[in-house]
Amino acid sequence: MELSALSIHRAHELLKNKDISAVELTRAVLSRIAAVDDGIRAYLTVDADGALSAAGHADELIRQGRITPLTGIPVALKDLICTRGIGTTCGSRILENFVPPYDAHVVQRLRAENAVIMGKLNMDEFAMGSSTEHSAFIKTRNPWDQTRVPGGSSGGSAAAVAADMCLGSLGSDTGGSIRQPASHCGVVGMKPTYGRVSRFGLVAFASSLDQIGPFAKNVKDCALLLLAISGHDPADSTSVPRGVPDYSAGLSGDLSGLTVGLPREYFDTPGLSPDVAAAIENAVDTFTSLGAACVEVTLPHTDYAVAAYYVIAPCEASSNLARYDGVKYGFRDNSESDLMQMYNNTRSIGFGAEVQRRIIIGTYALSAGYYDAYYKKASQVRTLIIDDFNTAFETCDLLLSPTAPTPAFKIGETVDDPLAMYLSDVFTLSANLAGIPGISVPCGFSTEGLPIGLQLMGPHFSEEILLKAAYCFEQAAGVCNRKPNLNK
Amino acid sequence: MKITREEVLHVARLARLKLDVAGVDAFCGQIADILAYVDKLSQVDTTGVEPTSHAISLTNALRGDEPGRHLDRDLALANAPDHENGTFLVPRIID
Repeated sequence: MELSALSIHRAHELLKNKDISAVELTRAVLSRIAAVDDGIRAYLTVDADGALSAAGHADELIRQGRITPLTGIPVALKDLICTRGIGTTCGSRILENFVPPYDAHVVQRLRAENAVIMGKLNMDEFAMGSSTEHSAFIKTRNPWDQTRVPGGSSGGSAAAVAADMCLGSLGSDTGGSIRQPASHCGVVGMKPTYGRVSRFGLVAFASSLDQIGPFAKNVKDCALLLLAISGHDPADSTSVPRGVPDYSAGLSGDLSGLTVGLPREYFDTPGLSPDVAAAIENAVDTFTSLGAACVEVTLPHTDYAVAAYYVIAPCEASSNLARYDGVKYGFRDNSESDLMQMYNNTRSIGFGAEVQRRIIIGTYALSAGYYDAYYKKASQVRTLIIDDFNTAFETCDLLLSPTAPTPAFKIGETVDDPLAMYLSDVFTLSANLAGIPGISVPCGFSTEGLPIGLQLMGPHFSEEILLKAAYCFEQAAGVCNRKPNLNK
Repeated sequence: MKITREEVLHVARLARLKLDVAGVDAFCGQIADILAYVDKLSQVDTTGVEPTSHAISLTNALRGDEPGRHLDRDLALANAPDHENGTFLVPRIID
């Protein structure tokens, strides 16, 4: 077995027993990137020197017996997580030359564990998109079928894990941007509860919805990464001061006593692919055989979630992205000598079409005369969506649904039809509106051999239960062991 | 509500965006489609429903009024497109 194909927890055992060194492991991952990333295009930046130096330091610590679960483990980051001294582009021309002067909180935490940061991963510009086609730089391809998208916006983070170009990665999820690409690339991806992980150093898209989370090859690795990045950070005022349980401790046993809710509206969605429906039906049977009771529940405002989201997220984005003015950092257009023209040109050249579309929608929805009809109305519907979840969680412990209505779509399929792309987020974005955690776990394959993901969502701070349920399912279903064939 | 081409151009000016004239019709069409879709929110009865701005409500996160560590000036200016004498430079605004 290639070292790059190892899981985090298996690599940790080998490092701990000194069967392999962190430098060997890092070199194997660098070779893997060199061999397959020409085709997949997941990385925007590979920091080979930094990675090898961190690996050397990790080996020194391991020799001294100072090893934590992530010491010497090669990981990579979505390119909107600030890394001191390593460019952070957010997939945008406007930040093409931006080199952060500080590390994001999650990066500080990974460095404190002496994880090895391999580099930065491609994404839809400012995390706006579901396909990673809206990157200003490259189009990432799905490792399972290179004519298809990896999903998005954290498409690079999902593809890199699926193609063994890192052992785990971090992404961000504002409306499904971790869970949907995890589903499309056949890996595990988790959006934690809002406030569980600090957003300090995460480039802001929609601040009430954004949350950082892990991608991994299996649920156990996902739990290890989540533990490493969770917890209160005074530098993020929305970070929740609450203890962090050992997420990997409860990964065993069966699911007897667990009640799993099946949201009727998610199964009645027009456009749900028959392959996805069949895979989810099998998954429900697996949950039942593990001892869980599966019951139908209802989330009556589901049909309005996409509309509420596509008001709230662009409103927050239009405000957050006002800071890109060509003054303090980032791109500036110098073609005209007037300040106002400088602003206009800088933003028009620096931002891509999807970002400009959302800034305009958000600015319009927040402008005088339209505020009540759009932003206030959407915020009220958000309350109703939260109420739906609260009512459902009175009768079940967690919710089971597909992660996405279809397997990965073809590159180019939705580029001219943004609304069609937005509708593909129908199962994931309610969790962001409600601030609840969700996880996507591989549950099967389509007739064309494309991965299909199962989503579990739970109440605020129910990560332990979600991970346990996902783990038991993963062990019983056994679909995590299949790997894409990158030679075809 | 149907958004007009003039309204899109007006909002773009407010947002300090200069739209590419060649693509403006397609762009307006896409924005109109999205706004037409989100208009379905008007079907929901929200009488008496409080709006939610954050799903996890925390009361104000306060800290002591003590100076913390901050970036030093050279580092803060390192990414600036233009700077001089420790300040950010912008095009002249007063003649």
